[in-house]
Amino acid sequence: MTYSPSAAPLIQLRDVHKHYGDYHALRGIDLEIKKGEFFSLLGPSGCGKTTLLRTIAGFEAPSSGSLTIDGRDMAGVAANHRPTNMVFQSYAIFPHLSVAENVGFGLRRDPRSKAEKARAVAESLEMVGLGGYGARAAHALSGGQRQRVALARALILKPKVLLLDEPLSALDKKMRETMQVELIKLQRNVGITFILVTHDQEEALIMSDRIAVMFEGNIAQMADPETMYRRPNSRRVAEFIGKMNLLPATAAMERNRIVVDVAGLGRGAIEPDQAPSGVQPGATTVGIRPETLSILFPGETTDRRLAAGTVDEVVYFGDMTYYDVRIPGVEQPLTISMKNLIGRPVLDVGAVTQVVWDERSLVVLSR
Amino acid sequence: MGILDTSPRVRAAALVAPPFLYALALLAFPLIAIIVISFWTQSGLALNRVFTLENYREIFSSPIYVWGNANRWGVLPLSLFVSATVTLVTVVLAYPIAYFVSFVVAPERKALWLFLITIPFWTSYLIRVFLWKVILGFNGVVNTGLQSLGVIEEPLSVLLYNLNSVIITLSHAYAVFAILPIYVALEKIDRSLLEASQDLGESRFSTFLRVTLPLSVPGIVGAVLIVFIPTIGDYVTPELMLGSGGRLMSNVIQTQFLQLNNWPLGAALSIITMLAVGIVSLVFILLNRRWLRGRA
Ligand SMILES: Nc1ncnc2c1ncn2[C@@H]1O[C@H](COP(=O)(O)OP(=O)(O)OP(=O)(O)O)[C@@H](O)[C@H]1O
Ligand SMILES: [Mg+2]
Repeated sequence: MTYSPSAAPLIQLRDVHKHYGDYHALRGIDLEIKKGEFFSLLGPSGCGKTTLLRTIAGFEAPSSGSLTIDGRDMAGVAANHRPTNMVFQSYAIFPHLSVAENVGFGLRRDPRSKAEKARAVAESLEMVGLGGYGARAAHALSGGQRQRVALARALILKPKVLLLDEPLSALDKKMRETMQVELIKLQRNVGITFILVTHDQEEALIMSDRIAVMFEGNIAQMADPETMYRRPNSRRVAEFIGKMNLLPATAAMERNRIVVDVAGLGRGAIEPDQAPSGVQPGATTVGIRPETLSILFPGETTDRRLAAGTVDEVVYFGDMTYYDVRIPGVEQPLTISMKNLIGRPVLDVGAVTQVVWDERSLVVLSR
Repeated sequence: MGILDTSPRVRAAALVAPPFLYALALLAFPLIAIIVISFWTQSGLALNRVFTLENYREIFSSPIYVWGNANRWGVLPLSLFVSATVTLVTVVLAYPIAYFVSFVVAPERKALWLFLITIPFWTSYLIRVFLWKVILGFNGVVNTGLQSLGVIEEPLSVLLYNLNSVIITLSHAYAVFAILPIYVALEKIDRSLLEASQDLGESRFSTFLRVTLPLSVPGIVGAVLIVFIPTIGDYVTPELMLGSGGRLMSNVIQTQFLQLNNWPLGAALSIITMLAVGIVSLVFILLNRRWLRGRA
């Protein structure tokens, strides 16, 4: 991987705001993206992801704040003079041109000879798996092929930054998964910084070196995928990324350790990194991921902590089963995901069971 | 019982029948009559119904209609030239207007702008021609205006009673018919294509040349046809604007039919004109096809 956390920032945003009339679309974005990084902007619809991407591309001017790319201030620099290229959500393939003409569109000012440019176009098409498609009319392509043409068209210019606005959202699930893997490989091969906008948390987790989660024009958390998943810094981020059980709890400091008393489960001591947003003594909320809980099946034993409950709901996924287990004293049932290993039965609704939990998987969410 | 109980095909035929008969009576029948008459001859007040190519022979052997001579053009080429010029002027002037409405005007104002553009068409065509006469005439608005400003001393005679006035009047008369198809073509262009072009390094102007203009070609071709075809048959404007001097094809045909009472020659001239317009239009349609082939 070309990305290393110590590299100098390629893109730097300082307190960037964007107003559309009365609407405050970006509310003070601070962001540093490093060279060679695969960075994702993740957030619900309307949170300002596209606006932020278009600001970097040069299609929107920030109302205030600064943007530098590769050390150069981008204020007043038009989109056609920025070292960025964009893959549009609609792909924006020119319908009046062939595939090769589309891919070669940005090479007009390139000093190379016609033959060299044609070779570059062919290579670029080869790279995205469309070798030999050059003469096709662009409108006769499938969604996935269009997306690759859009990619080839941007990558042939060797931009410093490639901006991708939900490039996979129009594809079906199979195609999307294939393209995700291909995009990651491609990014590692070309070493270009990718900024991907997505509202699919799974996609962001799979593909990125780092993720920024946005809500209402703010970045709520910026972290690598694992930290983002295991140590979300707020309830909102926790619930946006994957499934998180939220339980009321009371926190206390005991001999320099943080101890939380979780409703329905019991007391447990936690490490400071399990409270990314800090912790105050008193009432708080803790989160537990469904896969860090388990059900004690008949015949199994454990030396971990247990809590008794009854099965409220069973959702069978084939490889996994999701159980909702109701614990006395807790209003919301706990969601638990279990691998369907050999010999493990699928429990029925109403079954009385034991829930296994571990204080190491708790995360305190004081916000 | 009623028409609604019959088969879909019969129902469709019944629904289409009235307009079909109407079109037949007003379009096909006169056309066939013109074609037939063009092969007859006039003898005195009656028509001689013996099939002959005499009229066509006369058209192609006389210098008046097609070939012209050293001093003046034939009427047909002159008419084609005037129509082509009118078309060129109209489309070139209409494009920026259509572009402005499509790209500059805020979406919620577009309907209002299109509405404003049609306002001149609330007055009758004839009145608009007369208005241009007033504007361009010897003592008209332009001449008196320029005289009072001291720009000219004698009234300009180039304005009225020559082809310039015909071209000005027709260009104005057909402006909307050129603006609308171009506007529609421009509206259909996905705006993200323009951003993509800029993103790929093109300035706004080169984006216009490489993306906007080529994608608006269907609208331009539509505008060209819509302006070119009717202007060549336009009779009123040349009649009023040319005075007694010049004659365009429509006036010549009118003279044959109504003044010289030579229907067969008038009919043959009509056929020749229609063929010329048909050929020019076909060329444009084929160009458009070629352009659009394999392009959505
Ligand atoms: N040109 C504009 N004029 C006015 N408001 C705008 C404009 N563009 C975006 N907005 C508003 O800014 C907010 C953020 O828009 P943006 O397109 O960045 O959202 P997004 O996060 O990309 O959402 P999605 O996932 O639906 O694409 C939205 O509420 C939108 O209505
Ligand atoms: Mg968006």
